[in-house]
Amino acid sequence: MFRRLPDAAAAARELPFTLDGEPVSGREGDTVAAALLALGRRAFRRTAVSGAERGPWCLMGVCHDCLVTIDGAGNAQSCLVPLRAGMAVETQRGRREVGR
Amino acid sequence: MTALPRDAYDVVVVGAGPAGMAAAAEAATARVSVLVADDNPAAGGQVWRAAAAGPLADGRVLGKDYAAGGGAATRAFAGLAGAVDHLPRAQVWHLDDRLELGLTLPDCGGAAVVRAGRVVLATGALERPVPVPGWTLPGLMSVGAAQTALKAHGMVPDGRYALAGCGPLLWLYAAQAAAAGAPPALVLDTTPRENRRVAARHLPAFLLSPYARKGLPLLLRARRAVPVVAGVDGFRIERASGGVRLFWTRGQRGEDSATFAAVLLHHGVTPNLNLAVAAGCGLGWQEANACFAPRTDCWGRTTVPGVLLAGDGAGIAGAEAAALSGRIAALAALADLRAVSEAERDGRAAPFRAERARWLRGRPFLDTLYRPAPRFRSAAPDAVACRCEEVTGAQVAEAARLGATGPNQLKAWLRCGMGPCQGRMCGLTVTETIATARGVTPAEVGYLRLRAPVRPVTLAQVASLPRTEAERRAVERL
Repeated sequence: MFRRLPDAAAAARELPFTLDGEPVSGREGDTVAAALLALGRRAFRRTAVSGAERGPWCLMGVCHDCLVTIDGAGNAQSCLVPLRAGMAVETQRGRREVGR
Repeated sequence: MTALPRDAYDVVVVGAGPAGMAAAAEAATARVSVLVADDNPAAGGQVWRAAAAGPLADGRVLGKDYAAGGGAATRAFAGLAGAVDHLPRAQVWHLDDRLELGLTLPDCGGAAVVRAGRVVLATGALERPVPVPGWTLPGLMSVGAAQTALKAHGMVPDGRYALAGCGPLLWLYAAQAAAAGAPPALVLDTTPRENRRVAARHLPAFLLSPYARKGLPLLLRARRAVPVVAGVDGFRIERASGGVRLFWTRGQRGEDSATFAAVLLHHGVTPNLNLAVAAGCGLGWQEANACFAPRTDCWGRTTVPGVLLAGDGAGIAGAEAAALSGRIAALAALADLRAVSEAERDGRAAPFRAERARWLRGRPFLDTLYRPAPRFRSAAPDAVACRCEEVTGAQVAEAARLGATGPNQLKAWLRCGMGPCQGRMCGLTVTETIATARGVTPAEVGYLRLRAPVRPVTLAQVASLPRTEAERRAVERL
């Protein structure tokens, strides 16, 4: 949904991670949300109430619409979590599951 | 970090934006211990996010106010490292009238409780909800979010996109995106025409304020760079192949529409007041900006003794005024702690007050001009009012007709305000929708009662808090 300006893309080191099991990459300095947006992701999760698709609204920790599962832990606010190499990021479907 | 350096501070500042950084700097002039706890990975808040070391810190795209003003402020704050403990990526989820704060610690799954001599809340602003049909669809985002992506990550929307709404930030982003080589394909300007007449009488004061020098060239630049449709009095969004379709109306004309990859919405900013309300601070309705804000005195003191408020969290006034109010609140805190005399407090605050007054002169014009029309502040029947619990405007209005008098009753009836965002995205909408349905003012309807934890915290984090043997026995009844 977003693209990197050429200068910003050139400056930062690539960080490999997985998104729903697929190997992908972001850049150093990305939040998880920023990396997903630059990969063309629009919907990050399905809501707990109706199952509707949602993507981030605020990118500042307020809306809680960018929730994803990171390394097996659900309900992570992807706009506040810095991307790290090797992270396993998953789309969250509905509520956070017990034990995840 | 698994523990804080200390469990009590003379001054705890919540938020490291312009107000919080300035409050910490002023507090650090006395021999007191200062903690600044902040959500973000680096200081700067929203307005000066990544100003010191971001991908666009040189200011060519984002402007010199950001690069010079924000850069200098964040670098000065970094220079306080020995005198101030800065805890980034920490969420403050609790504050009470004993001045105890609960916060999560980054990266360790832990939490801490700190006691404060004085608390300065510098929690800033958030964007007003835009409850139109379709605003929850993927591809929709706030203008502030897009600006965050630009500042922190050097990113712009991919493909043709539109902006819709009104307010200074909308024009600022349009100008910045144009400077980055990615101007919006269309701007729908919802500034109500009747606002201009009312705002005109505040124009002389605005022209004498520093906002005029800042804002007018920006507005001209933005309007030259992008096609603008003015006088838009309604819009909605639907899913479409290749993105989303934006429909809009203007007066008697029929509906127009166009398809975009993304649509960014903005209807101004309002105080971020969850922590203050949870701490028990009394609220007042600010008619000029159509929002609630904690009541404060001329030093930023709230109705809770020991809790002060600085910056946009007390009412929207902008970054420069926020920094000055941070200094004023910190001086009040220092005098309360007997770290400076009252005479010194008054003397040092005087120039800050004078400078702040210059900035505030510009606000009545901006507030009245960009006050969103009432129809955009209430949720349309077929629009989602509460994004977390997926409650529509029709449901809220129906509950009001059935006798729900305020948002706190609606929590039990419809769960609005009970989801993870804790009313940040629906609080004002629900109040205004009830007010419209009942034919009363938002002030009469009142706001959500908010309680700790105001940020998500896990049971494991709460359980990780250190506890005394007496506390353990009290719970386990040994």
